[in-house]
Amino acid sequence: MSDKITFMIDGVEVQAQPGQTIMVAADAAGIYIPRLCAHKDLAPFGSCRVCTVLVNGRPQSACTQPAAEGIMVENNTKKMTKMRANLIEMLLVEGNHYCPYCEKSGNCELQALAYRFGVMVPKYPFMFPNRDVDASHPDILIDRNRCVLCARCVRASRDLDGKNVFQFVGRGPEKRVEVNANARLADTNADVTDKAVDICPVGALLRKRVGFEVPIGKRLYDSKPIGSDIEAQKGA
Amino acid sequence: MGKPKVATTSLCGCFGCHMSLLDIDDRILKLIELVDFDKSPIDDIKEFSGRCAIGLVEGGCCNEENVKVLQSFRKNCDILILVGECAMTGGIPAMRNTIPLKECLEEAYINGPTVHNPSGKIPNDPEIPLLLNKVYPCQDVVKIDYYLPGCPPPADTIWQALVALLTDEPVELPYELIKYD
Repeated sequence: MSDKITFMIDGVEVQAQPGQTIMVAADAAGIYIPRLCAHKDLAPFGSCRVCTVLVNGRPQSACTQPAAEGIMVENNTKKMTKMRANLIEMLLVEGNHYCPYCEKSGNCELQALAYRFGVMVPKYPFMFPNRDVDASHPDILIDRNRCVLCARCVRASRDLDGKNVFQFVGRGPEKRVEVNANARLADTNADVTDKAVDICPVGALLRKRVGFEVPIGKRLYDSKPIGSDIEAQKGA
Repeated sequence: MGKPKVATTSLCGCFGCHMSLLDIDDRILKLIELVDFDKSPIDDIKEFSGRCAIGLVEGGCCNEENVKVLQSFRKNCDILILVGECAMTGGIPAMRNTIPLKECLEEAYINGPTVHNPSGKIPNDPEIPLLLNKVYPCQDVVKIDYYLPGCPPPADTIWQALVALLTDEPVELPYELIKYD
């Protein structure tokens, strides 16, 4: 039995190791599959569905679905891009995402995805939810207005920092990130050097006193779309 | 046939987007070769003098006057363009949307730490436009044709969109010009 799996993404042949997910194999081949909750240092979670691809016609999240011999994956097509843009637009109206005064603007993955998909304005009505801010910690800020419930901080604190500072509480529209024992962030052992702090894709977890350090024009996604780094590896 | 007319207004905005329009610098001379300005704070014309080809709207709707002006723009303009984040998301003024209006007014006029208001009353003169319960993005009030995001949208964004519309070209902005901040 061969130790290589061969499959197709948008008509391009891609190789994968057995057990690799479609996303990991695509990254190695220089094919960008848009994502929000997935992160290279974390185990797949599959909550945001932005990386949804069609596998032999069926929707699957590329971050959790293992690559299999001979599958046909549909990724960068008009249909999938439209579906992803819709997901991003729903995330934008569900929270209070005000880019003009957000410290994460320019380095925000949610914003960068909206830029990449050419979203001028979400087509859905804004919900203006009432969400709490926890600024109790001397060095870290939680602004739930911007949280997209990707669980990156939950997973990073548990799996990378070995602390388990963050957890989800509630269900549906009540679901939110809370800290241990429903206390304030200042009452936990969270530290500004934790991997969980910087791993937030949006401006929900922020370091204090470093906002707006990088000038406009030099931020991560000012001139190049998100995913350009992966696409640059194509053929390398 | 005369030049097409452009109208502009600032609703619940800071005039930053109008500043960005002026920021097209000497291209404004080219612009006035292409268009006449109608109702706009730029020329201080208060009422529509006739049908306009393009209406540029800055700011969202925070009071009843904003809604009336926006509706008059929809009625008098062939193409209505939202300029800037406040117009399409509510922006900074929409920070009050999660706080009940009564609480906002009481904080501003009665309870705020720096308030000096011996009468203890919240202003309620009939001349003052009534505040809406929350700040509404303009697309929630009337149909909108184009959106130019940004805070403010760069002068190049406004320029390229206007020129494209006036020369019957599709409005296609490069990646660098679509920004929400």
